[in-house]
Amino acid sequence: MFAFFLSSGLFLGWSLGANDASNVFGTAVGSKMIRFKTAAACCSIFIILGAVVSGAGASHTLGKLGAVNAMAGAFIVAFSAGVSIYLMTRAGYPVSTSQAIVGAIIGWNFFSGSPTDYTSLQKIVGTWVLCPLISASIAVVFYKLVVFGIKQLKPHILTQDALTRLGLLLVGAFGSYSLGANNIANVMGVFVPVSPFQDISLFGWVTLSSAQQLFFIGGVAIAVGVFTYSKRVMETVGEGIISLSPVDAFVVVTAHSTVLFLFASQGLESFLIRHGLPSIPLVPVSSSQAVVGAVVGIGLLKGGRGIRWRLLGGISSGWVVTPIIAAGFCFISLFFLQNVFEQDTYRPVSYLVSPKVIERVAQAGIATDRLRALEDKQFPNAVTFKKALSKFSPIPSKDLALMMNTAEIHPMKITATSLNTLSRRDRRISAAQKKDLARLLKHSFMHKWELADALSAISPDWRFNHQDKKHDQALSQTLAHLYKIFDTGQSDPARSNR
Amino acid sequence: MAFTILKRGFDISKQIDEFLDKVSESGLIFQRGIHSYLQGKMESFKKRLEDIYEIEHQGDALRRNLEKQLYLQTLIPESRGDVLELLESLDALLDRFKGALWRFDIECPDFFPEIHDDFEELTLCVVNSVEAIVLSARAFFKNISAVNDHMHKVIHWESQSDIISTQLQRNIFSRKEMRLSHRMQLRDFVRHVDKIADRAEDVADKLGIYVIKRSL
Repeated sequence: MFAFFLSSGLFLGWSLGANDASNVFGTAVGSKMIRFKTAAACCSIFIILGAVVSGAGASHTLGKLGAVNAMAGAFIVAFSAGVSIYLMTRAGYPVSTSQAIVGAIIGWNFFSGSPTDYTSLQKIVGTWVLCPLISASIAVVFYKLVVFGIKQLKPHILTQDALTRLGLLLVGAFGSYSLGANNIANVMGVFVPVSPFQDISLFGWVTLSSAQQLFFIGGVAIAVGVFTYSKRVMETVGEGIISLSPVDAFVVVTAHSTVLFLFASQGLESFLIRHGLPSIPLVPVSSSQAVVGAVVGIGLLKGGRGIRWRLLGGISSGWVVTPIIAAGFCFISLFFLQNVFEQDTYRPVSYLVSPKVIERVAQAGIATDRLRALEDKQFPNAVTFKKALSKFSPIPSKDLALMMNTAEIHPMKITATSLNTLSRRDRRISAAQKKDLARLLKHSFMHKWELADALSAISPDWRFNHQDKKHDQALSQTLAHLYKIFDTGQSDPARSNR
Repeated sequence: MAFTILKRGFDISKQIDEFLDKVSESGLIFQRGIHSYLQGKMESFKKRLEDIYEIEHQGDALRRNLEKQLYLQTLIPESRGDVLELLESLDALLDRFKGALWRFDIECPDFFPEIHDDFEELTLCVVNSVEAIVLSARAFFKNISAVNDHMHKVIHWESQSDIISTQLQRNIFSRKEMRLSHRMQLRDFVRHVDKIADRAEDVADKLGIYVIKRSL
């Protein structure tokens, strides 16, 4: 069954290869500097490397947008995204997996009555606007630098050609690596929690986790997409918007790769955090927007006369249409899968306004009069609960999110079996953390925050300190992992109490 | 891989330089050949003829090889067509130098001494115009911003050639005592040599466009 559900992820990976990956080498192939086969081979190898080595970075922001909590739902989300990308690829428009998957997740949210985290959505959509602008600015600066360099060094026309070719290959490889690292979460992220793979050790010096094995499979699917279907989009990117010289192509690929790297590098993020600098959000950005932004940036720098605005308009419309198609297709497919094939496309999340929930919200300094009015009431999904809370007047979104997170029912029980699973194969939890968890053996929790509170009472290592962003980030990832591990899968509050 | 890409570029740039050397040398040989012919030193003339034949042969081989490599290895895709056209136009100049010397050998025109100086000056202007276009082409490959420094000289030498050629033709046709056929033959030779400067100017015009296309 897992293999069947994974097929939609592989289809999405193929679409990513056919569309996004072509952005990396599109300008190089379009300007005839690199042969399609060379580009496809280089792109495939480095996408797989990027996915396996540093694929985990950008997945968390996407996870926050909407937590697809059933396998069949994940299958449809990935499938809808894949279909919408395929349609756009057939039309020859460069779109992005990020856009499609975000649209599909929102479609799932609508269908399942789950809340869409508008803060994360704003963050992601914000990067869709920022990304082309940043990319265009980087392209303009790089272009000026490259032109200055050429004028100073005065290379022979053939030396310049050879260096540009070499540069395109190197930067393309870097871009492919960044794309793999940034976008693999879109393809395989939803399957990580249900992966059946065990960690494997290669020659005793490198261990591949189950997620990395999944990312490898996803990477291979992307590579197949690059080889089989990316040529057309490469031509649109390389020649369609504006005729590019090889130097232009080099600048475009450099700007695109830099943007992807900025939004995918955990290393860069921790470096910025370590030095107290504002960090860049690790969001799966749209590689198409990065590349189109860079091409337009160079076109405008040259006076904008050669830009084919009509095509650019078509591409921009594609960016708007893709998430809408993905959301609509996802919603309709979920309906069919649920009602015709009787598959569980989501696990209902219910909400309970118990006295302890009200007390917890009060501790956070938020007015609890709304909650008191709803005391001891249970809501079947986020939409009805949200409606009940906002019935009389709107509540600030931050307060609303806190109320909903606190009231969410997520029954968990720490059993000997789940602890054993942790001790045997889970490398994400340290030995000390496992010891702390063992102290909570046989404890049950109805809400996520109850487990977090219980752990923070045991050791200060389990507390958020708001000073060390890296520690807080790691802790929230660990906790999210534990919530899944100890999940009893029963949403009936009567059966779980402490 | 990086080394191979760079080495390939370096090898071809060396061949382009060699080809341009041949075009430039052909002009110098042509000039010396004309001088020998006008001085009546036929042995030296024959030697120049052999030299220019050899150079033309080498130039053709280099051009063909360059064309083949540029296409096979898909080098400079954005300017490949322009570069090939440039190389062919320069090769055509080399051919014209060879053709002119062969015509002297075949027809053995009788240039009367009064026009020897003018004809040698015409030859010098033509050779200088070709030398200037060779320098422009070298700059196109090596330092594109310097192309204009040489290109204006092509135009200068071409107009000088036109002036001398007109003067020579007037001089030839003023000789009423000569047969018309003789005068017409000499006129054709003057025109043939002058045409080389015209062709050099045509190449310069095209080169100007190539420079605009490649400018950053």
